[in-house]
Amino acid sequence: MLKFLLRRIFTMVLTALCLTFIVFYLTNLPPNLEKVAKSEAGSRITDAEVASWLEKNGYARPVLVRYGEWLGVAPGWTHIDEAGAVTGRCVAAGTDAATAARYCGVLQGYWGFSTVFKEGVSGIIGTRLALTGTLMFWVMVLMVPVSLIIGVLAGMREGSKLDRTLSTFSIATTATPEYVSGVILIVVFSSSIVGLKWFKGTATSAMDGITFENFFLPVLTIALYGIGYIARMTRASMTEVMTAQYIRTARLKGVSFKNVVMKHALRNALIAPFTVIMLQFPWLLNGVVIVETLFNYKGFGWTLVQAAGNNDIQLLLGCSVVAVVVVLVTQLISDVGYVYLNPRIRIS
Amino acid sequence: MEDHGWGSIIAAFLTQFWPVWLALVITFAVSIRYKRRLGLYGKLFDSNIGMIGFAIVMFWVFTAFFADMIVTHDTLSQISQMKNKSPGTVTPDGASWYILGGDHLGRDVFSRMVLGSRVVIQIAPMATVFAFMVGITLGLPAGYYGGKLDTVLSFLANLILAFPVILLFYLLVTPEMVQTGLPQYMAVVLFLFPLIFLIVLLNSRYYVRPDLRNMLIAGVILIGGWAYLALVSEPGSRVALLPKAMDFIALPGNILIVFVSVVFVNAPTVYRIIRGIVLDIKTRDYVAAAQTRGEGPWYIMLWEILPNARGPLIVDFCLRIGYTTILLGTLGFFGLGLSPESPDWGSTINAGRKLMSIAPHPAIVPALALMSLVLGLNLLADGLREESLRD
Repeated sequence: MLKFLLRRIFTMVLTALCLTFIVFYLTNLPPNLEKVAKSEAGSRITDAEVASWLEKNGYARPVLVRYGEWLGVAPGWTHIDEAGAVTGRCVAAGTDAATAARYCGVLQGYWGFSTVFKEGVSGIIGTRLALTGTLMFWVMVLMVPVSLIIGVLAGMREGSKLDRTLSTFSIATTATPEYVSGVILIVVFSSSIVGLKWFKGTATSAMDGITFENFFLPVLTIALYGIGYIARMTRASMTEVMTAQYIRTARLKGVSFKNVVMKHALRNALIAPFTVIMLQFPWLLNGVVIVETLFNYKGFGWTLVQAAGNNDIQLLLGCSVVAVVVVLVTQLISDVGYVYLNPRIRIS
Repeated sequence: MEDHGWGSIIAAFLTQFWPVWLALVITFAVSIRYKRRLGLYGKLFDSNIGMIGFAIVMFWVFTAFFADMIVTHDTLSQISQMKNKSPGTVTPDGASWYILGGDHLGRDVFSRMVLGSRVVIQIAPMATVFAFMVGITLGLPAGYYGGKLDTVLSFLANLILAFPVILLFYLLVTPEMVQTGLPQYMAVVLFLFPLIFLIVLLNSRYYVRPDLRNMLIAGVILIGGWAYLALVSEPGSRVALLPKAMDFIALPGNILIVFVSVVFVNAPTVYRIIRGIVLDIKTRDYVAAAQTRGEGPWYIMLWEILPNARGPLIVDFCLRIGYTTILLGTLGFFGLGLSPESPDWGSTINAGRKLMSIAPHPAIVPALALMSLVLGLNLLADGLREESLRD
């Protein structure tokens, strides 16, 4: 088990390194750097000015070296201008260059500075992630029980009317991406056309205080897309369990149908959905980006869009590290959890 | 002139689609008549769900095909008095009316929705085919040989899968990225896979008949190679391999980049599915029999394993077209790739959502269209799964 964990963690670190390097490389391609220079130093500067701006701000060095700087394994760049003033990656504005650290990167706990928000990246990601965490929490609270109930009810009696109805519902929700269901929900529940003004069409006010009125629609929009998928997986696993020999034995012994479902089938049927629910997290991340943009809720997804749209390199790298870690950690948890839930599986 | 009510809107909506209804009726009549001779496709007409799904999908395919006959107005011409007008509003000159109202620029929502289907129907199935070619060509040897090859390819697949899709799109689908030529280089690599696939497929089958094989492969290389070069090269850009006169497929840079990134996102999942199936099938007796006969590894992979994996692959193909449709919509929703004037559904939803509280119809019409197409594909996949499990 320990060996398995170590191997998985090694792969995780390797994946994270590769991914951040790809993001770093793509955001640092010449046209992107030119865009950064123009947005920082004015859009009408000449090519020579762009080059000198890049030189002055440490962008002109080889990509690998600069990736090392960001990581904290290569010394940060410094630049001395004509007046003798020293600027550099590790030199914060208004401090003495002599006292600055030589290395400053992720390993040292410095995540860089966002050019869009004019703030430290770690601070931005921290606050935004907290907002998204709240959203995710409520999505899970809504999504997991509803989808499990739907799945179990549908899989309990395969082919029944209830099964047909619930399965069609699950297919319909998986076929509706968040930007479609979000639009439909907003029109139905918050526009003046339909007239049911039950909820608010934006979640901006939810950042200060969550109420049912301003937070239900975004939560529902993300949850709906996942519900169908998890419910279908639960249904498949439930139908498989219901045809097992021990269920038939229990029925023949005279155990009531309700007891068979509750005591014999349910626990065994819930192993597969656990993995699916864990693997849903990366998908949810996708939904979060769309929903936060649609409802103007300034969480992690919204930040990602802002960072990507403005080629805010450091912030984008921070965001991608978070995203990658979320994906990889959920994969690990689902693998390990699967072994605990299903003792028949051994990891070698 | 009086604006039209809902009854006349629905009537006009239904009659505008007359070529589609006609084509649908003919398709269904012919298919049901001969369904016993049509294999899996014919069996689809035994399941209600499959039939409904197929009808919805074909509705959109025919709509894309007959779009020019269905549209009532030009999709780009703007009539400023028609801005955000509700469905059934008569145009200022009184000559015609907007069946589903006008959008924020005064364009006809109905016509844009109809033409938007063309973008999806053109890109989504082709992109899915390419993703399958890449996935199959890499997944078969990874599953069959295992070992180092499998480790490396699986690591790369997981790497791409660990990327949040939207981040990847934001990194790849930007005008700056088109400038660097990166999407074209990716196209050079990704579009090579269908060619490799076809050549290996034919070679492994006909290597015992060199004459026929040489002719077939020469044909594939000539026609496929030309199509490949025409597809990849774009005069005046970084990859300009063909002179303009021979470049018969002119794919604008932004369509190419959308296409490439959708293939790129889908291929690793297909790879994983294929690899999983191959791991299962290669232990079967008929594979052992082929190995004993002395067949080459590629013959076994392509002519023994692949045909026996077709059931799950066909089902996944339908689902994946739906997923690709969703991805295309996502790109449009974030205003990436396709030009803002393009009538594709994602972009129209994005344009319409800003004014949703006053005029919801410009956003809701393409939203429902996209939803129905994906739903149809899901139902079709469900029907196919049911029917292919039955035998």
